[in-house]
Amino acid sequence: MAQIIGLPKLSPTMEEGVLVRWTKKEGDKVSPGDLVAEVETDKANMDFNIEDDGVLLKLLVKEGETVKLGAPVAIIGKAGEDVSALVEEAQKQGAAPAPAAEPKQEPKQEPKQEPKQEPKQEAKPERGAETSTSAPAAKKQTPPQQKPAAKPAAKPAADKAAPPQPTGRLLASPLAKTLALELGVDLRNIQGSGPGGRIVERDVRAAASGGGNGHAQAQPAVDEEAEPVEEEPTKQTQALAVRHARQMVPDAEGDYTDMPASNMRKRIAARLTEAKRDVPHFYLMRTIDAAPMLAFRGRLNELLGDKGKVSVNDLIIKAVALALRRVPECNAQWNGEGIRQFHRVHVGVAVAIEEGLVTPVVRDADQKGIGAIAAEVRDLADRARSRRLKAHEITGSTFSVSNLGMMAIERFTAIINPPEAGILAIGTVVDTPVVDKGGAIVAGKRMTVTMSCDHRVIDGALGAKWLAAFVDLVERPESLAL
Amino acid sequence: MGVISYREALNQAMREEMERDADVFIMGEEVGYYNGAYKVTQGMLQRFSERRVVDAPIAEMGFAGVGVGAAMVGLRPIVEFMTFNFSLVAIDQIINNAAKIYQMSGGQFNVPIVFRGPGGPAVQVGSQHSQALESFYAHVPGLKVVMPATAYDAKGLLKMAIRDDNPVVFIEGETLYNTTWDVPTDEEHLIPLGQADVKREGKDVTLIAWSKMVWTCLDAAKALAEEGIEAEVVDPRTLRPLDVDTLAESVRKTGRCVVVEIGWPVAGFGAEVAYQMQKLCMDSLDAPIERVTSDDVPMPYAKNLEDEVQPQVKDVVAAVRRVLYLE
Repeated sequence: MAQIIGLPKLSPTMEEGVLVRWTKKEGDKVSPGDLVAEVETDKANMDFNIEDDGVLLKLLVKEGETVKLGAPVAIIGKAGEDVSALVEEAQKQGAAPAPAAEPKQEPKQEPKQEPKQEPKQEAKPERGAETSTSAPAAKKQTPPQQKPAAKPAAKPAADKAAPPQPTGRLLASPLAKTLALELGVDLRNIQGSGPGGRIVERDVRAAASGGGNGHAQAQPAVDEEAEPVEEEPTKQTQALAVRHARQMVPDAEGDYTDMPASNMRKRIAARLTEAKRDVPHFYLMRTIDAAPMLAFRGRLNELLGDKGKVSVNDLIIKAVALALRRVPECNAQWNGEGIRQFHRVHVGVAVAIEEGLVTPVVRDADQKGIGAIAAEVRDLADRARSRRLKAHEITGSTFSVSNLGMMAIERFTAIINPPEAGILAIGTVVDTPVVDKGGAIVAGKRMTVTMSCDHRVIDGALGAKWLAAFVDLVERPESLAL
Repeated sequence: MGVISYREALNQAMREEMERDADVFIMGEEVGYYNGAYKVTQGMLQRFSERRVVDAPIAEMGFAGVGVGAAMVGLRPIVEFMTFNFSLVAIDQIINNAAKIYQMSGGQFNVPIVFRGPGGPAVQVGSQHSQALESFYAHVPGLKVVMPATAYDAKGLLKMAIRDDNPVVFIEGETLYNTTWDVPTDEEHLIPLGQADVKREGKDVTLIAWSKMVWTCLDAAKALAEEGIEAEVVDPRTLRPLDVDTLAESVRKTGRCVVVEIGWPVAGFGAEVAYQMQKLCMDSLDAPIERVTSDDVPMPYAKNLEDEVQPQVKDVVAAVRRVLYLE
């Protein structure tokens, strides 16, 4: 197979080289170590010894040409191979101008591929910015100031019929320019009252209000709504042009802020879009009697004392894990051709962090005690927030839990975290009237959970079976300890 | 709330933080038995004992270094310089140690230290004791630089500086100690570092100033108001970090900006402010940004010359008239 040979690095600081002389010609056989050319680098003339075996099929660079480091210089291969495709590719890589033998050369050798990074152009202007050094009495140093010839208002218009033709540069303050656009005033028709004839804010305002510079016909801008504002010249401080509230302008760039996405945000965007688009989701919802679980948790925490704390979420992780053990068909994924059922249960726990969210994994959650799960989740969540999780700690989950209960969300549907086949969304515990076994209405505690299922793996009846197992575990929470 | 002096506000801030956190201590010349050269540490020795109110020998390089070391091992020192003029003796500790250890140790050591004391010219104390050094410190990455103008700011900012986990240079106005302001008695009166404050609202020109120059600008604004010019006075309060957003918002509103500082003109911090403002507010500016500074000379001793060299109300008013094209 023929291949392109690039210009190698012949000195440590070399960035380009001049191909001084080819010592082999097209059609010559070469083997590793053979001298093929002499190259002038920033240091000296260096030998270009080839490292490959084969026949020099094409020399892409003429003697005397300057070549960037790595740019194509030759094509090497077996005798008689067709190299036209490679020649084209070499040209696309933008390196060497094709040899003269190639007349149908397209004019696209332009992009010389090396986007010269301007070094720190940001920093530059700062340095030069303030050069008012060394003026001893800087405080008093006022810009050399020609007194404006007269008050602008007193100035007669040059010639109303024929507005003065612009000669040379138009001097106007940035604000005057901005304002002229806003008010639809043509700066060319205004005589500036600032130093050197600079047009300043008050001149534009005077022109816009039809007084002052004697240009009643302030030209309206393209936008008809942007009529010159009616403004009485301020009497007390005539020279002082006071800015008024901005006119309403159509939606423009300043009305929003574009924020670049972090890598995490980009990953979330890509993965969740893919999941929601490619995984056929459906949702199953159940409302659970949460009172037994809350009571159970209270007893656990009483026992633990100050040795730790168990949260509702920890109990749910355990319940999810045991439910997956009871209904292992849900501990599975669609792998493109079939269903892969896992033998171990790893539960992912969605954790919100500042930049987005991560899903650390409690491995073998069905095997672990509730206290162990609680400690592990706290550690994972802490490290998730400080971005110190290792890659293996956020991969490999077989089912996930997302809990917005602590944020008072009553119920929601979650997006499946591929390649898992399901995720359980936990709502908050709500105090609500319920009908008890005797038919009376009493105060109860209810929690709504929503299971998102990948229909390729879990059908409705199967999902319902899994949810039933989960509800049974949560409503008889002592079984979590078995 | 209560009207208290700037001096008292600083004293309260330190006492409250020392009550709150046993790791905080103060060290400096005459801070203990003499109650501070400017009486800022009045009564603190009695309350906190010699263990936490440490009279240091006249050796700024030495005790600043002790402070940096103490901070590295977990204490939170407040190092008082009798005036910031003497911080020059210790500047190697401040710039080469305090400001750099966090970076050079790869984040192993942070240095929660406050270097505080009065700065800026006072009255007839000679050129060696009459200078504004904030631009020196604001130049250094790794330092925060705080310049309170009022008792209100002094208390809230000093408490925040003490709680900051990195070195803070806290320069008080030597001539501001007796000024008073309404200050909350609340122990959580905290002002975040890097938050400017609009000291007076106006629509015609923005005056940017810190420390004593805020007062000069407020006086200038009063004088300008009589001519019908409404000046807005904005106090960045901390030079590093600098709240360019609040400053720029004001400049965009008024279209004109005068930066006033009591330091020298060349490479003074006002130059940085002016640069930031022209960059952020280019399209809103009606006139080049003006700076008002002290003259480019060592401070004269003669009273009349001393006044003349420093920015005065008339200088600020003149600069405002220039940016408004009124002369």
